[in-house]
Amino acid sequence: MRVPLSWLAEYVELPEHVTPDDVMAQLVKVGLEEEGSHGGDIRGPIVVGKVLEFVEEPQSNGKTIRWCQVEVAPGVVNGVVCGARNFFEGDKVVVTLPGAALPGGFEIAARKTYGHVSDGMIASSRELGLSDEHEGILRLSTLGLDPEVGTDALELLGLNESAAEVNVTPDRGYCLSIRGIAREYSHASGAKFTDPASKVLAKQGSGFSVQVNDLAPIHGVAGSSRFTTLGVSGIDANAAVPGWMANRLKLAGMRSISIAVDITNYVMLELGQPIHAYDADKLKGGITVRRALPGETLRTLDEKVRDLHVEDLLICDESGPIGLAGVMGGASSEVDSTTKNVLIEAALFDPISIARTARRHKLPSEASKRFERGVDPEVGPIAAARVAQLLVELAGGELNGVGSSYQTEVAKVAIELPFAFASELVGVDYENQQVLDLLHQIGCELAVHDDAVTVTPPSWRPDLRHKTDLVEEIARLAGYHLIPSRIPVAPPGRGLTPRQQFRRRALSALAGAGFTEVLNYPFYSERQNKEFSHSPALRLENPMQGESPELRNSMLPGLLQAAARNLSRGTTDLALVEEGSVFLPAAGNATTSLPVGNVRPSHDQLAELNGSIPVQPRHLAGLALGDWLPQAPGQQAVQAGYPQAILAVEQIARAAGVDFTIRQATPVGYHPGRAAEVLVSGEVVGHLGEVDPAIAAEYHLPRRVAAFEVNIDALFSHAPQVLQAAELRVMPAATQDLSLLVEAAVPAGELMTVIREGAGELLEDVSLVDDYRGENVPLGFKSVTFSLRFRAADRTLTQAEASQSKDAAVALANQKFGATLRA
Amino acid sequence: MSEQLTAESVSQALTASLALVNQAASFQELKAVKAAAVGEDSPLSKLNALIKSLPNEQKAEAGRLVGAARAELNAAFTAKEAEFQAVADREALEQERVDITAYPRVAPKGARHPLSLLMDSISDVFIGMGWEIADGPELENEWFNFDALNFHPDHPARAMQDTFFVAPVENHLLLRTHTSPVQVRSLLERELPLYVLCPGRVFRTDELDATHTPVFHQVEGLAVDKGLTMSDLKGTLEHFARVMFGPEAKIRLRPSFFPFTEPSAELDVWHPGAKGGARWVEWGGCGMVNPNVLQAAGIDPEVYSGFAFGMGIERTLMFRNGVRDMHDMVEADARFSQQFGSVI
Repeated sequence: MRVPLSWLAEYVELPEHVTPDDVMAQLVKVGLEEEGSHGGDIRGPIVVGKVLEFVEEPQSNGKTIRWCQVEVAPGVVNGVVCGARNFFEGDKVVVTLPGAALPGGFEIAARKTYGHVSDGMIASSRELGLSDEHEGILRLSTLGLDPEVGTDALELLGLNESAAEVNVTPDRGYCLSIRGIAREYSHASGAKFTDPASKVLAKQGSGFSVQVNDLAPIHGVAGSSRFTTLGVSGIDANAAVPGWMANRLKLAGMRSISIAVDITNYVMLELGQPIHAYDADKLKGGITVRRALPGETLRTLDEKVRDLHVEDLLICDESGPIGLAGVMGGASSEVDSTTKNVLIEAALFDPISIARTARRHKLPSEASKRFERGVDPEVGPIAAARVAQLLVELAGGELNGVGSSYQTEVAKVAIELPFAFASELVGVDYENQQVLDLLHQIGCELAVHDDAVTVTPPSWRPDLRHKTDLVEEIARLAGYHLIPSRIPVAPPGRGLTPRQQFRRRALSALAGAGFTEVLNYPFYSERQNKEFSHSPALRLENPMQGESPELRNSMLPGLLQAAARNLSRGTTDLALVEEGSVFLPAAGNATTSLPVGNVRPSHDQLAELNGSIPVQPRHLAGLALGDWLPQAPGQQAVQAGYPQAILAVEQIARAAGVDFTIRQATPVGYHPGRAAEVLVSGEVVGHLGEVDPAIAAEYHLPRRVAAFEVNIDALFSHAPQVLQAAELRVMPAATQDLSLLVEAAVPAGELMTVIREGAGELLEDVSLVDDYRGENVPLGFKSVTFSLRFRAADRTLTQAEASQSKDAAVALANQKFGATLRA
Repeated sequence: MSEQLTAESVSQALTASLALVNQAASFQELKAVKAAAVGEDSPLSKLNALIKSLPNEQKAEAGRLVGAARAELNAAFTAKEAEFQAVADREALEQERVDITAYPRVAPKGARHPLSLLMDSISDVFIGMGWEIADGPELENEWFNFDALNFHPDHPARAMQDTFFVAPVENHLLLRTHTSPVQVRSLLERELPLYVLCPGRVFRTDELDATHTPVFHQVEGLAVDKGLTMSDLKGTLEHFARVMFGPEAKIRLRPSFFPFTEPSAELDVWHPGAKGGARWVEWGGCGMVNPNVLQAAGIDPEVYSGFAFGMGIERTLMFRNGVRDMHDMVEADARFSQQFGSVI
């Protein structure tokens, strides 16, 4: 809401030389947010001048200028060069004299131009910031003005005005008016407030038929509860809009259109009541307010034909719809330059109905904005009278006695407020009298009884419905700065949950191991969601322009995209990791209705709500590409590949305290020969390996991209609560090597498992040290060498004991895989 | 027998041999004189050999004399040997010298994302006050995101221009627009009194620009207990601000409006370390939990009261750590995370 200061000053006392910043500083105290200031960027001397005579002088550049003699003060004549030619001798004009400044930082000085010294400038409307009109200079007679020469034009045209702009929260609809802002300013500063609504007497008209025929009220609330009309005849639709009005409208952010339209806007800004003016001669019969019929259309003021929805509330005459109630008028009954007779409408509409219509038709108008937030139900007749008064004063009309007054009862709420309640909720000791004074100040009616007061909020405060609403009023008017600080003592906390601790440990370990954490948007294209998952994907109803429409079912495509971006910025060696949710369609059922009201939903309702939510496990995924280690003195470059993926999964498993194994597999999206499933306690919790080079190529990445993705919810479900320590064996160990000849297809991992099993409990550790194929090994076979370390808990092992254990391992490997000992 | 085994002759032999040992200037020289100084042909060995031809009653005395001299000589020789060994060892190590500033990297430089670090460190502040950290789903049912939080079904925030809905809209699924649904879940599931902090990712249909992103992070706090007032809210926020921005930080509340709190306030923080000098910065919103919200969770607002607050993590990181542009936080440029490492 933009508030021209001179307008505000009509209804609340402002200090002399007050600035928009001063006004905003006060308003911020009571809860309006500072947005900025407007105007105030023009400076005199700017005066009314009279063109005594001029000479036209053609120039070499093809232009013709006028060398004018302009009287700028009684008896003082300045020579002024003017490029415009739309004026006559004897015209009164606006002259900016040396020392003046115009909007945009344009400083006026006496300057030599076209062979003369121009002592000032004759201004156009646009140069003065009055309008966009730039066809020549401003002739004051066109505004109906004939002031004395030398009159201060800033004052005359309201050019010295400035405005403060504040943001109004949605609960404070009444602040979308000068009336409301003046009242709030008075609350903040203590300055005297005069209600603009008290300065006008409501006028009753009669004989115009208005019917509200709402057959489909929303939530049982009729579309319109009040509807005032008032007729004014014989207006001059082309009467000039006075400068002060045009200027205030402009400062308030509205365009000046015509006298009749400007007056309705002016009164709306002043009182907060949206007004519509019909050309009375275009109306066919009386007005009916009703919902739209299926298939009905309306051509609105902006000349767009709108397909109406059966929930839209309409203003109709006998010809059909003539307006979208509370949102925008229709074109057929519009006031135009030929209008003589006007019917003023000041109505009250259901906020929800208006909000839905405005949203449905994407028409957030000044009117709908106010209706949505709640208009004072009592101000309609006053606003209509104020419009009529201005039409009489400024457009030469007269009240014709036509009109109507449809009024239904608007329920008032009475709120019970125990005196102690505000102090209990805010933590400031408010005196009972202070509570009463503050509530009285905002216009409440009060009835004190015992320890409480029954509070009836004023008509313009439909937002006050509960005693906590009243507490906010008391707290903000007394001032939030009074609230002391106190730190509440929470019950003993348990710290981070094991799951939360695990997430931190895993991310820290991965960072320590060389991975860089990133955060990507979870929005994917359909193609991306097919790259690493067979799961169907969820789709957004309203994706952002240019963003992909689906929700991710795997982390990897986002990481590949991130890698591509890094690559394009010249970072070619990358190890990225991301933790986040993936979204999988619900196994449960959709909810089609929601619990209503401020009551806890039943157990079944909650179960249904929770069951409707798609599964969204947390995943931890990453990739590595380029050089894992760069070339350096004494070191060959190490290219990133599947070992780094295994390293990462190992970090995650260790952070959870679980053991994992990998099993060669062909998960979707991975290189068919370089990928594995990650298993914990027999459950597949993720995958790792290298990305299918064809997919890497889609992202313009090199062929080798190591990748891993782990469902950490699944992995962590296997985490032990407390790890139990094993006894350390301290007797001397016996180490032996074991070479087995086995079919090449037998996975080393499985062979190792069998060796462990076969060797039994004396085997402390086994590691793979060599995989040899070639000379002396039959085709299709491999020779794999393991290093085994044996140790007993209670004695020094003999080599014979170790060999016995080893032989048992060989026997089992032979039985399972046909492996034989290689000499 | 030219040599006589006397104290004098032993002393002379010792002196001569010590001179040989001490004159050696290198390992090689020491080795070279070994035979002459301490070997079979050395003067002391020769004198030693005379002992057996002495009369029995003189043997003990002569043995002591020669033995003492030999011990002294051997000690001198060993010391000299150790001296040369130490030099040799030092020389060998010198051979292994490297330019340690030319070291190779043996693990890549990893880093946490600063947004995730900031959420962790904020969580720690509240853990320190006995609060607990609550998480919840990012894809929510509309009821948890709006209805339970006193957003009327016609509230403008529920419009498609602000909220991402999942198709089909009749299923009432959306990407949470704030972490408040986690607060609702906490109210429904946890015991009172309740002090929880909900950090997490949220979604609104804002175009990405220097200060907005459709996917961002929030942290929200909720306390419900008997007798909580706005003073408790203010004290909690003040403590939080001091931990985040230094002991000189302070906070300011300005009246505002949110559907889920009443009274409501905007929260400004006095940021002593702000670029260009200490100043007030808009930080978040807060207020006393609206009784309708408590009722939607089955909590009696006549018995319990609560406060809630929330702030953007991106915004906090921007003014706390001087991040100029939102793009840096969402584009997954590894260099952005790496400049922070594991500390923010």
